[in-house]
Amino acid sequence: MIKPAPVLELDDVHYRWPGRAPFELRAPYLTLVKGETVLLLGESGSGKSTLLSLICGTIVAQSGAVSVAGTDISSLSAGKRDRFRAEQIGLIFQQFNLLPYASVQDNILLPLRFAPDRASRVPLSVDDAERLCRDLGLPTDVMGARAGTLSVGQQQRVAAARALIGMPPLIVADEPTSSLDASTQVAFLDVLFEQSRSHSTTVLMVSHDARLADQFDRVIHMTDIAQTMRGIT
Amino acid sequence: MILRLALGSLLARGLTVAMTILAIALSVMLFLGVEKVRTGAKASFADTISGTDLIVGARTGSVQLLLYSVFRIGNATSNMTWESYQDIAARDAVDWIVPISLGDSHRQFRVMGTTVAFFERYKYRSGQSLAMRDGDVMDDLFDATIGADVAETLGYSVGDPIVVAHGLASFSEHEDQPFRISGILEKTGTPVDRTVIVSLEAIEAIHVDWRSGAQIPGQATPADVIRQMDLQPQAITAALVGVKGRLQVFGLQRAINEYGEEPLLAILPGVALQELWQIVGIAETALIAVSGMVIVTALIGMMATIFSSLNERRREMAIFRAMGARPRVIFALLVLEAAVIAAIGALLGLILLYLSLYVAQPLIDSAFGLWIPIDPPSMREVLVLIAVILASAIVSMLPAIRAYRMSLADGMMVRI
Repeated sequence: MIKPAPVLELDDVHYRWPGRAPFELRAPYLTLVKGETVLLLGESGSGKSTLLSLICGTIVAQSGAVSVAGTDISSLSAGKRDRFRAEQIGLIFQQFNLLPYASVQDNILLPLRFAPDRASRVPLSVDDAERLCRDLGLPTDVMGARAGTLSVGQQQRVAAARALIGMPPLIVADEPTSSLDASTQVAFLDVLFEQSRSHSTTVLMVSHDARLADQFDRVIHMTDIAQTMRGIT
Repeated sequence: MILRLALGSLLARGLTVAMTILAIALSVMLFLGVEKVRTGAKASFADTISGTDLIVGARTGSVQLLLYSVFRIGNATSNMTWESYQDIAARDAVDWIVPISLGDSHRQFRVMGTTVAFFERYKYRSGQSLAMRDGDVMDDLFDATIGADVAETLGYSVGDPIVVAHGLASFSEHEDQPFRISGILEKTGTPVDRTVIVSLEAIEAIHVDWRSGAQIPGQATPADVIRQMDLQPQAITAALVGVKGRLQVFGLQRAINEYGEEPLLAILPGVALQELWQIVGIAETALIAVSGMVIVTALIGMMATIFSSLNERRREMAIFRAMGARPRVIFALLVLEAAVIAAIGALLGLILLYLSLYVAQPLIDSAFGLWIPIDPPSMREVLVLIAVILASAIVSMLPAIRAYRMSLADGMMVRI
């Protein structure tokens, strides 16, 4: 029996930032399976951002393989990587996730515009966006509102809906809760996981906050999976 | 949806975008306005005299003949004799002929001696006839009909006395022959507005007691004696000629130019006007160049605004990138944005132009005698608008390239 491909797999990745201040990252091995929620803990400067950029394909490793849903990103052209990211990965940032001038609905549907396959999974995309908003605890009349008018907590939920729509296999979240207060942090993760589990979506969340650890299936420390080297400037 | 987002982004930056649009609109309005005034001025210029087939005078340059006979600029170097005038008038091809005698002035305005036929034969603005605003065409020997500008500048009304001076800017006024204003003409936008018109005989009457430009001392013939005299002129300055058939114009012109008794010149007014416009036309090129520069300035202003907006929009671009937009989408978004701004600006400029034309048309006509027609935009103007939009798209490629590079370097990891 063939073992299903892991949703995310790093294999002997080596990346070196170009430029005058050399920064190198080595990530020998990391695997995330379908449906698991993983917290990646690391201090600032530990290479988290570089690792996320590698996973999302905005930068490409000099050697090694970064595979998402069985495809090695480094083998794709720049244009294909952009499309691949839209198809396979739902992204949530720390803050300023949304286009403030656009409606909530347009924000949620934006990734589908660049991902035809993902869009084809949700033919009734507007209905699905509404359902996600409802499930994430947003008011029902929020769809037409301009994203910039929402509270920070509501904006992060909209960002979560945007990451979830079209059921991408992997959701990458970069400190999505750091702009929220403690009680909304927990509530946010609760609704996010509820949705991701119902679709068996893998969630990789990066944070420096170890207090969130017990809500995740697995906790990884940045220092365990990667080594960074900083040159002398 | 991308278009909607682009528009949303523009609306979110409403004030700066509105200012940019306004700058483009004003520059487009200026450019098209200059175009309108230019073509209007050219048409008005060409319409200074119409319906006249030939202008005849003593031999000189064709532009010079046109200048003094129609525009009352400069002086005739010599006159044509009354005999020559009668010879031409007697030709078969000639339908009508109107003599003109110049050389005297009233204040800063020229006095022109002619016949009553002038008022029905002189046409301007494609066949429009002179019309009286007040009073009647001169009837008596000492009657004068004055142009609208003369009446306005000197505050004359019908019945006022008027003194005609011999020569131009002369101190020796013909005080012994006071004229009376019989009528005031409607404004035409032609040199007629600035002319005092009297009969041909009146010009002779003024000079009864004069020899070689000086009054004969002690001699002052009373007006009623003058009325009894033979006031047939010996010479005139020029004549306006209409022919019976269009085809006879060139034959008559050649005949007059080859006239044996004295050297004469016959010109086609349209051709001479074109020659004159070529001289005047250098100014129009300068005007176009300047208003073209204004458009370029507005476009550079727009480019600067886009450049300065790039930094604050890094996050916006990072979001697009994170959602899977390729850098070329960012590039396209910025170029599209510039094209939309320019298109709205160009359209607004066009609307402003027509609004102001609508308001200013009668004012310009009465103030300068310049009639600017309100026509739908010409092909040339539409091309100008398209060129502005294209140019803005091209100009915006510079900031768009920068945004492209920035979004490649930033990826989606922008921390603000």
